[in-house]
Amino acid sequence: MKEKLEQLRKEAIEKLKKVTDKVSLDKIRIEYLGKKGEITKILRDMGNLPPSERPIMGKLANELRNEIQQRIEDAFERIKEFEKEKRLKQEIIDVTLPGKRHVIGKKHPLSLILDEIKTFFVGLGYEVVEGPEIEFDYYNFEALNTPADHPARDEQDTFYITENILLRTQTSPVQVRVMESRKPPLKIIAPGRVYRADTVDATHSPVFHQVETLAVGKNLTLGDLKGTLIEFAKFLFGPKRKVRFRPHFFPFTEPSAEFDISCNVCNGKGCRVCSYSGWLEILGCGMVHPRVLEMAGYDPQEVSGFAVGMGVERIAMLKYGIDDLRLFFENDMRFLKQF
Amino acid sequence: MQVSYNWLNEYVDISDYDPKDLGEALTMSGSNVEHIKYLGEKMDNRIVTGKIKTKKSHPNADKLWIYEVDIKTDVLQIVSGAGNIEEGNIVPVALPGCCLPNGQKITEAEFRGEKSQGMMCSPRELELDLKIVPENQQHGILILPDDTPIGESFKEVMGFDDYVFEFEITSNRPDCLSIIGIARETAATLGRKMKYPMVNLPEGKGNARDMVGVQIKDEQLCPRYTARIVDNVKIGPSPLWLQNKLRSAGIRPINNIVDITNFVMLETGQPLHAFDYSCLKGRQIIVRRAQKNEKITTLDGKERVLDEDILVIADSEGPVGIAGVMGGLNSEITSETKTVLLESANFYHANIRETSKKLGLRTEASTRFEKGLDPELALEASNRFVQLVDELNAGEIVKGVIDVYPVKPKINKIKLRFKRANQLLGTDISPEEMIEMLERLEIKIVEKGDSYVIAEPPSFRNNDLTRETDLIEEIARLYGYDKIKPTLPTGETTAGKINYRDRIIDKTKYILNSCGLNEIITSSFTGPKAFETIKLKEDSYQRAVKIKNPLGEDQSLMRTTLIPHMLDIITYNLNKMIEKARFFEVGTIYIAKQLPLKDLPKEERILSIGMAGECDFYSLKGVVETLLESLRIRDYKFSPFEHPSFHPGRTALLKIKDEIAGVMGEIHPDVMENYDIAERVYIGEFKLEKIIDYTDLKYKYEPLPRYPAVNRDIAVLVKDEILADTVKDCIQQTAGEIIEEIKLFDVYKGKQIPVGYKSLAFSIKYRSHERTLTDEEVNQIHKKIIKTLENKLNAKLRM
Repeated sequence: MKEKLEQLRKEAIEKLKKVTDKVSLDKIRIEYLGKKGEITKILRDMGNLPPSERPIMGKLANELRNEIQQRIEDAFERIKEFEKEKRLKQEIIDVTLPGKRHVIGKKHPLSLILDEIKTFFVGLGYEVVEGPEIEFDYYNFEALNTPADHPARDEQDTFYITENILLRTQTSPVQVRVMESRKPPLKIIAPGRVYRADTVDATHSPVFHQVETLAVGKNLTLGDLKGTLIEFAKFLFGPKRKVRFRPHFFPFTEPSAEFDISCNVCNGKGCRVCSYSGWLEILGCGMVHPRVLEMAGYDPQEVSGFAVGMGVERIAMLKYGIDDLRLFFENDMRFLKQF
Repeated sequence: MQVSYNWLNEYVDISDYDPKDLGEALTMSGSNVEHIKYLGEKMDNRIVTGKIKTKKSHPNADKLWIYEVDIKTDVLQIVSGAGNIEEGNIVPVALPGCCLPNGQKITEAEFRGEKSQGMMCSPRELELDLKIVPENQQHGILILPDDTPIGESFKEVMGFDDYVFEFEITSNRPDCLSIIGIARETAATLGRKMKYPMVNLPEGKGNARDMVGVQIKDEQLCPRYTARIVDNVKIGPSPLWLQNKLRSAGIRPINNIVDITNFVMLETGQPLHAFDYSCLKGRQIIVRRAQKNEKITTLDGKERVLDEDILVIADSEGPVGIAGVMGGLNSEITSETKTVLLESANFYHANIRETSKKLGLRTEASTRFEKGLDPELALEASNRFVQLVDELNAGEIVKGVIDVYPVKPKINKIKLRFKRANQLLGTDISPEEMIEMLERLEIKIVEKGDSYVIAEPPSFRNNDLTRETDLIEEIARLYGYDKIKPTLPTGETTAGKINYRDRIIDKTKYILNSCGLNEIITSSFTGPKAFETIKLKEDSYQRAVKIKNPLGEDQSLMRTTLIPHMLDIITYNLNKMIEKARFFEVGTIYIAKQLPLKDLPKEERILSIGMAGECDFYSLKGVVETLLESLRIRDYKFSPFEHPSFHPGRTALLKIKDEIAGVMGEIHPDVMENYDIAERVYIGEFKLEKIIDYTDLKYKYEPLPRYPAVNRDIAVLVKDEILADTVKDCIQQTAGEIIEEIKLFDVYKGKQIPVGYKSLAFSIKYRSHERTLTDEEVNQIHKKIIKTLENKLNAKLRM
């Protein structure tokens, strides 16, 4: 009897060592521990043994049953682990295959630049406002110290609708409209579309976009204007670019200035892009002309202000390195996708 | 404005300044230097001047000549194919070993047995700008003026060893359209002395006043007119120095009289005009407005038809010139001219500008006059002219000048408060410094107080300097903008704002980007053709705002729809082989309230969406629904619609709360044929203002459902013409609030479905917020729905 148990034990261990799948393992379990299994049979036949052997044999048989039970469980764990390993191996994929992408559209580069400009000025307390594109001569010129016989009118070829209604040539008329309806202090930024009778080429378009900013309050100085623009240039073009603030003329500001940044192509040494000057003009600005303040009903002895006008296309071209303005209006997807 | 470094150096000492540094200094004081050019670039110093001693034919070649050329240190034999030169001519000679501007190396050579010790050069070989080469010298060897020294470097003799500054002159500084003007600015910038040219007036004989009378009929348009007479003129070439000066300014030398007028104009900024005195009828100069349809042939040989707004210079019979713009052919200086009448006058800038624009005629003279010149200049320039005529022996000066100058302009008196200046600039400049700077600019201090001065600008700045702020700018620019300390504003602050409307527009763009649409930006212009292309009737563009002076017919109207623009962009991209075109634009349309326009038109914001390639009507509709849902617009509805630009069976009208908010659909095949595109294109055009009005971003939390939902599907057979929305609405109305959601999940036609019918399958989600619905309850409602559909829509339940 004892030998038989030992025999069974050896046999079972040997089988369990070899088993590699759950089905075979289950068969082994049934073979030994099932209702008709070998060990179950021995335990059931325990009654046929002499009573004196029963306790010893019973103990041995139970031990064997427990051992095999344990070994089956171990084998089960082993097989599970093995099968998992096998599955993981089978499931290896090529992670360099393309992903399932979501196609998102892009904002137009001019909108991106405009967003940046707005973000900067709103942060400084400016409010975004708008004005009409089709405008009265009065707001576009007259109220901006540019009467009908002013030579500066020459520089902007204007589209006219009637004698006194035109397509605004600049966003500056918004200054006047805002001043007429509000009291200082005020800070506004007015983005919008403007028009000049230029034929289309790499740097001109009859339709383009400008941003106007205006600040009016007590004791605003040319130094404040310069400081604001230096921060603006840092924000938009990074802290490393050099800037230059130099005198210029606009009828509606006095003193007036133009603001340049160093050319990023040649680092200021002079190249074709900056017409060998080392500088790129980015905007025009100045202290609001007292005549403009007066026409809007402000007292220039009480308040002063500064205004800035910049071309969105130009800034986008400088920032993104775009060399042809026409690209903005062609809207080629291959162009739009780059931003 | 082009200014030569060497020329400038004659009026203000800049010899210790490198051209680049000088350019920077001038830019920073307000005279913007756009670029600096070295004139002698690539010009070898071994190109020298030589004089032809002999000329003979080549014994062994028909088309070659043998020249002996004196270059002072040597006499060279040169073989040349050019025959345009004769003994005594002075020409440029490229010596062996030198390099021509085009890189060609010159060596000693032999041509058919004759040695050639160099090469004589043509203007093209020297890469000269042909604009400054006399017209009769454009071909063949360049012949230099007789007073050219020989054996010298061509570059130096011709004044090419020089730098030219290109200045951007702003419209307030017409005085700077002259060498003297730039020299004054240079002197003020560098704090140096200005050396004006000395004008010694020659005595002259006779009396000019006896020879001509001058009458100004319109004093406003002609504030001053001066005339002088030069008799016995000897027309001939100008001396080398004068030719060089003109060339440095980009002007071609012509003859002594013309060259002197050009020289004086460049130097002083005052345009002069010389008439052939013998051609002036009645010994009269009358400055008057032209009569309507009066005609004159100008110097360029074109006949011009005039009107009453054009000022002319006339004699007793008719116009001899268009004032300030161009002289008449009838009084032109020719080689026969014996007596010259020199006009140096002042004209009203705005009128010259008008005339120049009207006639499409811009000249050196008109570009200066239209900026507004100082009337004081007229006599100064006239004096300078006769002085040079005398010096160059170009004619005999007749004594006296006719100077009609009815109203001398009043010089402004401007008060400058020192404190105010520092306040506006954010500086701390002392009164002494301010006064010194003003004086550097020839601004006279006529009164000095403790806290202020009263100043008078020089006559040439009288139009520009009119009030305190103008003087403050002068101080700022001489002080140096670069020295002004950058600060940020202090004091009362304001709140930064982006208004609600702009925020919704931005969100709209964000949602559409997320849907895969790219933002485009297109022109505001359109034309009648564009309307016709999208099948809109004539009256639709007759109501558009029209531009009086458009760039062309196709850009003559302000757009009233974005459809043609969207179609243009889609077409452009499809033609570039882009497979999936997905676009949107937030743009403006312009709607006239009445025509002709009396008030400003309405500017309406439009959202345009367009797609083509791998999409259909429902792709477009899906984007629109996504947008509306994301903006939490609830009460919207699509219904079938007709529009001439769209496919009659595939067009929908969008209404939000019964207000029309847009139209969308497949573009009509006829339109696509006009665009020559085979692809189907889907476009929607929406009123952005309506979308903004109904946007609801006042988010409010709603409790999550506590009771489970019950789902039931239903499929019904209905006639083709019954809309899915009609069925859906019917279900919703029948069941009421207990239905949380109805989703159409299948539309089927074909096998098992009779012709003219379709099957619509809906998934209905029932839910109560008070309790768990029982199957029994739902079954009852479901049955009721089926019955209603059968009764109202003749629907049949499909199992």
